[in-house]
Amino acid sequence: MNRISLDNVTKVFNQGRPNEYAAIRGVSLTIEPNKVTCLKGPSGSGKSTLLSMIGCLSRPSSGRIHLGDQMISGLPERFLTDIRRHTFGFIFQQFNLIAGLSVIENVILPAYPLAPDHQSLMMRAHELLARFELDHKADSQVQWLSGGEAQRAAICRALINNPQILIADEPTANLDTKLSHAFMGQMSQLRKLGKTVLITSHDPVVFDSPVVDSVVELLDGSVFLGEEHAA
Amino acid sequence: MSFIRRQRYLVDYILSSMLRRKGKNFGLMLVYSLIVFMLASVMLFTHALKQEMGLLLQASPEIILQRMVAGRHDFIPETYLEKMGRIRGVTERKGRLWGYLYDPSVKANYTLMVAEDQALDATEVIIGSAIARARGIVPGDYITFRSFDGESYSFQIKSLLDHETEIVSADLVLLNRKAYRALFGVGEGVYTDIVLSVSNAREVPKIAEKLVQRLPDTRPILKQEVLRTYDAIFSWRQGILFVLLAGAIMAFVIFAWDKASGLSAEEKREIGILKSIGWETSDVLHMKFWEGAVVSLLSFFIGYLFAYLHVFYASASLFEPVLKGWAVLYPQFQLIPSVDGLQVATLFFFTVFPYVVATIIPIWQVAITDPDAVMR
Repeated sequence: MNRISLDNVTKVFNQGRPNEYAAIRGVSLTIEPNKVTCLKGPSGSGKSTLLSMIGCLSRPSSGRIHLGDQMISGLPERFLTDIRRHTFGFIFQQFNLIAGLSVIENVILPAYPLAPDHQSLMMRAHELLARFELDHKADSQVQWLSGGEAQRAAICRALINNPQILIADEPTANLDTKLSHAFMGQMSQLRKLGKTVLITSHDPVVFDSPVVDSVVELLDGSVFLGEEHAA
Repeated sequence: MSFIRRQRYLVDYILSSMLRRKGKNFGLMLVYSLIVFMLASVMLFTHALKQEMGLLLQASPEIILQRMVAGRHDFIPETYLEKMGRIRGVTERKGRLWGYLYDPSVKANYTLMVAEDQALDATEVIIGSAIARARGIVPGDYITFRSFDGESYSFQIKSLLDHETEIVSADLVLLNRKAYRALFGVGEGVYTDIVLSVSNAREVPKIAEKLVQRLPDTRPILKQEVLRTYDAIFSWRQGILFVLLAGAIMAFVIFAWDKASGLSAEEKREIGILKSIGWETSDVLHMKFWEGAVVSLLSFFIGYLFAYLHVFYASASLFEPVLKGWAVLYPQFQLIPSVDGLQVATLFFFTVFPYVVATIIPIWQVAITDPDAVMR
């Protein structure tokens, strides 16, 4: 199991220009494996920026990020991509499914560069869709899905490469309360399967959920408060 | 194995991606195929014509000897056959009689030639198929020519010339020696030119040199020169067509550049999504390379196939008037299918290669951006 630790991480956009802006300022924290951690905070607090650095989507301007024993903050893009595709699964606020493709085609998309055997890939995809009650929509175009269905398709896509860590950026922003509760139920399932889940949200349904083990509150790019929920 | 499977996944994605943007891709392929079709048609047709000419002229004599008077071609006396003496390497020499005759009824020039080997009577002719078509006559009918002194001579058409040779015989009339002399007022003892057959092609220049020495007022025309002239004429015509097509090619380049390189916001977002879910920059570039390759290869093959059918099965009906170049009497003939590998390679290089490059470069600019762009 890999622990994620951040040591004095800073992210500055437009460095050296008049519009220079520090989105993350000296953040140090530890994300425990096999737990659900929520990064909480208002818009502009730096939640998504921090999440993108943890998920190897971008690199910090300074400071270090460790995944287990490996320092990932200084790795070139090629290695970051390799870690990203094997270790992380992403669920985005806008779901980011590719319109015009079917649900199953969207789900298997992250596996293309790894070129697994097609038959076993399709089997895995159908298993995931069945687990999230979406198998009957496998051949439907994603643009025709409801919000909840699109969310579940995005979860299936995030899990197709069997990643250890699942990253969800504002996953309930486009869902009603009922679907948000359902989403947290799905996260609980994943934790039971031994996954580490990292969520950013300013939705009380998420950070007050009993599924969440710890909450890290961010404000203006710094850690404001960290709390552990009783499991 | 894994590499091939990865490429298959990428091609699979590209095909579904292209089907999602049907309008853009089919429009592009249509214009692309049309350009390849036009260029390939001209190239195939010119090449086939040159081949055909070469094959037909194989049987023609190696040297044609013409007499020059004041820099102009004149009748050559029969005595020149004796005067030139015996030249080693020359297997046969004979005088030819031919000339041109204008037919006002179809506003066309015919080539009249005496055919000793056809055993024609003084009132019989054999004519080229284009003349038969233009005049609406068939073997057995009569054709009338006006002689040099205003007399009219009628000839019965014995037969038509072989369709296979129509490229050079479209306007040809073969007739009897006596009829020729009567029609043009050419007296006995002269020929239009003298032809010499040489068995060893390497001896031809030496023989030509000897002829000029022995008969200083003559001009030898070598078969290689005739072939070269035809080659130049067809190449020149091909060049003219290419210049005319240049505008279309430029328009295509601008169109292709815009279509292939101008990434829409939707496409940029898609690349961002792919990167965020674990695709590398190289995967995106590979994918776009396949897209460019699929579009350009498919268009190239479609364009080339239609050009092939157009040239060899539809007699290149679009470019015929420019490339064949007969003013009134158009020969009708089926070209022998012939493809020049170098020409295909050249066309391929100048159409497929730039397109694939034009697709890759702008994608590379988008593909190297941080994948977290989709999260912002």
